[in-house]
Amino acid sequence: MAAADPGWSWNVFADLERIWSYPFMVAAFWAGTVVAVLAGVLGWFMVLRRQSFIGHTLAVVGFPGAAGATLLGVSALAGYFVFCLAAALVVAAVPREGRFGGAEESVLTGAVQAFLLACGYLFVALYRGSLGGVNALLFGSFLGITTGQVAVLVTVAAAVLAVLAAVGRRLLYASVDPAVAAGRGVPVRRLSVLFLVLLGAATAATSQITGTLLVFALLVMPAATAQTLTGRPGRGLALTVVIALLVTWAALIVAFYSPYPIGFFLTTLAFGGYLLARVGRTVVLRLTRVPAGQALGGAR
Amino acid sequence: MTVLADPFAQPFLMHALLAGSAIAAACGLVGYFLVLRAQVFTGDALSHVAFTGALAALALGYDLRLGLFGATIAAALLLGALGRSGRADDVVIGSVFSWVLGLGVFFLTLYTTSRSTHGNAGVSVLFGSIFGLSAGQARTAALIAAAVGLLLLAIARPLLFASLDEAVATARGVPVRLLGFAFLALVGAAAAEATQAVGALLLLGLLAAPAGAAQRLAHSPYPGLALSCALAVGELWAGLALAYAVPGMPPSFAILACATAVYAAAFAVRPRRRRHPNRPGPTLARTLEERRVRQAPRAP
Repeated sequence: MAAADPGWSWNVFADLERIWSYPFMVAAFWAGTVVAVLAGVLGWFMVLRRQSFIGHTLAVVGFPGAAGATLLGVSALAGYFVFCLAAALVVAAVPREGRFGGAEESVLTGAVQAFLLACGYLFVALYRGSLGGVNALLFGSFLGITTGQVAVLVTVAAAVLAVLAAVGRRLLYASVDPAVAAGRGVPVRRLSVLFLVLLGAATAATSQITGTLLVFALLVMPAATAQTLTGRPGRGLALTVVIALLVTWAALIVAFYSPYPIGFFLTTLAFGGYLLARVGRTVVLRLTRVPAGQALGGAR
Repeated sequence: MTVLADPFAQPFLMHALLAGSAIAAACGLVGYFLVLRAQVFTGDALSHVAFTGALAALALGYDLRLGLFGATIAAALLLGALGRSGRADDVVIGSVFSWVLGLGVFFLTLYTTSRSTHGNAGVSVLFGSIFGLSAGQARTAALIAAAVGLLLLAIARPLLFASLDEAVATARGVPVRLLGFAFLALVGAAAAEATQAVGALLLLGLLAAPAGAAQRLAHSPYPGLALSCALAVGELWAGLALAYAVPGMPPSFAILACATAVYAAAFAVRPRRRRHPNRPGPTLARTLEERRVRQAPRAP
């Protein structure tokens, strides 16, 4: 990437100083930090609620949004938000009740996802622009970030996290035991819709920077790793954010020194961490003979 | 619109019809069970695996089909092995396929930099190129898809039993786990086939939408299976006709648009449940589940 750079020297401070002498790397680190916190926190709830499929769908429908906005000549940002929020509302319209409510929800989610991606392809074909742009929309890069994008990201992240802080306890209750929570007067259904809208807004703000296919990696893997390791909500959330931050920073540094895209390093590091956590948990459980499944929402 | 030539004199359209019909039939059959077993997310995961497999084959210089089938079938079996009784948890699926997607980005970069081509290979793998099939490719695709469909029909009866009531099927000596693996391998093969028709990102629509519509319209398994297959083939034909008639419309978008329209229409004709609580519910799965819950003793 930086051809004139002498390369990684194992003098960490000197290396970091050199990386941060490039303004685009500073912007990437700031954006990456916000993305990691936002995606980590929402991802923790998403994994707890077993809504990975919906999370993935909301993440990828940013692509048709951006392609459609480009076709119409409006800001891509508007496209991301309109499509992500609309998809969240459509999926939320079907209540998940009973064992097979989940199956119905997943068919709807799949159909919405495939159709919107097909629309994205249509928009790209109609635009007749450079098809290379598709790869940028899908796989993104942390390396051409503008201050405008970071401002949008920070605003959305602050708003989403503020709402989540306000409803977090009730959402946790509704996610862990919806029946009991509903009995105690928690508005389970409305919280479920609200969560999907928050997830849609967060993925829209994130995918404008990371590309639509890699948001999901940051949503699911740090949270899955943390929930493998701890069942406590507070600790789990903190651990998720820490893992997401470490993975993002490490991927940024490795990608700086390598010709390959950051998405590959980010997913590989995060997946490595997840595998380590799973293996470590299995080993510890074997040694201490704690019955599996005690942890809240732990990996089943 | 220009005057269209006789569509049946166009070899590319005949190849697309031949391969597409067989692929759609296989996807309709496999998708019906995918929806019934609530494994749509597995189909989503396989679509990303297909992308990576195809690009890995391209980057390393192997036949595209080898990469597609190798990757999807291996990933399907892996996902089966990771979960209990051949069904993986959604967090595991999400973590695995977001890493696989990262690998796909890596291979895409490798391919585009080593072959000095532009990103179009990635785009054609992601969104398909059914009008670009040669006579030989179309024949092979049709044969493989027919084999997938016949194999599925051969195991349809025990698979149906195992899908609807795993516990009773196990007690009656049905090899539930083995069937789960065989089914996932067939899903993998169908996904690899469908990638050639509508592309890796859109094959989910061909798997989920016709099957979802059939589940809503038919209340018993075999008519549902036949309806799902017929809908998939009909939607593919309609899509090809639309793409042929409207200049500039990509065939994969047209196919997905038809599939989504039929699925949305199936929502409209949904029977009202509340007025007749004893009549069959909106989906076969829910009907059978309710019947089972009424008959079964309370689970501990």
